[in-house]
Amino acid sequence: MLHIHNLRAGIEGKEILKGINLDVKPGEVHAIMGPNGSGKSTLASVLSGREEYQVTEGEVTFMGKNLLEMEPEDRAREGIFLAFQYPVEIPGVSTVNFMKTAINQIRTYRGEEPLDAVAFLKLMKEKMKLVEIDQSLLNRALNEGFSGGEKKRNEIFQMAMLEPRLSILDETDSGLDIDALRIVANGVNKLRNPSNATIVVTHYQRLLNYIVPDYVHVLFNGRIVKSGDKELALELEKKGYDWIKNEPATA
Amino acid sequence: MAKDNQILEEITSREYEHGWTANLEADSAPKGLNEDIVRFISRKKQEPDWLLEWRLKAYRAWLTMKEPRWPNVTYPAIDYQDIIYYSAPKQKAAPGSLEEVDPELLKTFEKLGISLTEQKRLTGIAVDAVLDSVSVATTFKEKLGELGIIFCSFSEAVKEHPELVKKYLGSVVPMQDNYFAALNSAVFSDGSFCYIPKGVRCPMELSTYFRINAAKTGQFERTLIVADEDSYVSYLEGCTAPMRDEHQLHAAVVEIYAMKSAHVKYSTVQNWYPGSKEGVGGIYNFVTKRGLCAGDHSKISWTQVETGSAITWKYPSCVLKGDYSSGEFYSVAVTNNHQQADTGTKMIHIGKNTRSRIVSKGISAGLSQNSYRGQVHVLKRAINARNFSQCDSLLMGDRCGAHTFPYIDVENSTARVEHEATTSKIGEDQIFYCRQRGIDEEAAVALIVNGYAKEVLNQLPMEFAVEAQKLLALTLEGSVG
Repeated sequence: MLHIHNLRAGIEGKEILKGINLDVKPGEVHAIMGPNGSGKSTLASVLSGREEYQVTEGEVTFMGKNLLEMEPEDRAREGIFLAFQYPVEIPGVSTVNFMKTAINQIRTYRGEEPLDAVAFLKLMKEKMKLVEIDQSLLNRALNEGFSGGEKKRNEIFQMAMLEPRLSILDETDSGLDIDALRIVANGVNKLRNPSNATIVVTHYQRLLNYIVPDYVHVLFNGRIVKSGDKELALELEKKGYDWIKNEPATA
Repeated sequence: MAKDNQILEEITSREYEHGWTANLEADSAPKGLNEDIVRFISRKKQEPDWLLEWRLKAYRAWLTMKEPRWPNVTYPAIDYQDIIYYSAPKQKAAPGSLEEVDPELLKTFEKLGISLTEQKRLTGIAVDAVLDSVSVATTFKEKLGELGIIFCSFSEAVKEHPELVKKYLGSVVPMQDNYFAALNSAVFSDGSFCYIPKGVRCPMELSTYFRINAAKTGQFERTLIVADEDSYVSYLEGCTAPMRDEHQLHAAVVEIYAMKSAHVKYSTVQNWYPGSKEGVGGIYNFVTKRGLCAGDHSKISWTQVETGSAITWKYPSCVLKGDYSSGEFYSVAVTNNHQQADTGTKMIHIGKNTRSRIVSKGISAGLSQNSYRGQVHVLKRAINARNFSQCDSLLMGDRCGAHTFPYIDVENSTARVEHEATTSKIGEDQIFYCRQRGIDEEAAVALIVNGYAKEVLNQLPMEFAVEAQKLLALTLEGSVG
């Protein structure tokens, strides 16, 4: 599904990713861990197409297409979803209106008819139930005055609505208390199926107790220095990141 | 950045949708302005002597006045002798009914999406259509007449209801009020008149649609709305003009007179031709709009969505004379390319316990300049007056300007006046967030701008709100920088 080969990228001339290799297949959950400044969020940004980041080398294909040539909205329409670390406030625009615009633009891109109001409402009700979110939150201006937990739940709701092929959760656990974390993780788990995949970017192992990964990769200094299964995350939790820093790059 | 500018270019090069001209034969006055022209207009309209005298008085007052230079706009001097002050589409005789209206004229309005054929209208809006200098048709007249509501062209009102016109004309905007109001008073050619009798709630939206068609022609229409005690009316105004590479002058006057417990809601979607993206042509929109809350507990609300015109100079105001009367002003003013807008309101608190509320949302893009100018004046006897003002500016790109000029004069210590102002830019983060959800940049801007203007758009009647939203999107799509 996603194939990253020797990806080098940076911002304002400073190289942050120094040759990333990663393959993600349908049905898989990959966790990307690493200390602050290792390049985790940069990877999420580059995959979703943030324009301030420049790719200097390497290739990324998604469903066989060259991802790096696509506009951010086309990546989204092809099925890439980024759950933001800091969801953005859009005053005066409700989540309902926002999602309706998004879904219909995506459907148009895919050559499908736009959803009418009734069909949209039905879909929304179904997904609301799935991720346990309240209608009143969805009628409010997007993320405006939301608590940290509400923002993240809203992200997962959007993910449910858009049914992406590949979801990238960027530090979704940051700023969440344990109850909010559980609700968010539950939502993600319910959305898992054999045809979609998830990349969980996180600093702490905690989230991985709830969203159990098939693979864990440790990112350090712009490279994946170690890969393993969920046991690796537990080991990191125990030992910290220091011991990893001395490992040679596996790439 | 370069890419954003490119998108801006692409979008702003989009053609003005209403830029066509209709091939109508016109009956015009010779170019220029003098007392003979004023007499010519009055004669054409078969006016009574008192009105001609009123016009001449206004004309003589105008001669002694100076064009205002205080607005934050620049334009070359207007040659008032190079303008045609009267142009009427040629019709055999005054149409007695819609069937007699020139089909070419009806087509002109059909093209604008305004059907004047009553049977075809489902929306339940009565329309008075004004082309160049004259009103061409008013719909639903009989139905409104059953309720005692008078809704007709200004010329007709002069003939049919002279006592009302004589009593209220100039009662809110005196002829010598300002330079452009004086000019209008001298040469106004038509417009709409509306009277809602005591205790009547007008069952449909009343609407005037203005269209400038002829070249080199100024449009000077006058609207007078009189709401008797305990009445209610919602009034809509729309306007468009062809694309021409010279500037055309539009100097209108709107007067609203609200008696005890009357409520008048006046909404405008102003879409005059804004000029080309290089700043050639476009309408100079110099308009005086004022409402008088004459009676206790009366209320006047102005809502405006201003997207057109090369220059806009306009301050819909409320004079709160009656005790417990209230005034509202909701505005979205958008400027792009070389447009300039200096717009806002005046709230004059005279009566006790008067209230006013101002919500102004300015959006500037391209090389445009957008100013909010507002005055809140609490007079000595206005005990317990309250005002709340909110003025927000949204900037798109780094070559436009947003300015706020609030004037607050309070002469009574019991007054409470609040003023809030913000200036913001559409964030790259907001745009990216939308794009990551599959929404392209243009739709993202439309979404964000409509969200920003929502408080004002919510004030518009339904059909108008939809039109206004589309217009905002069309004016601004992609203007990110």
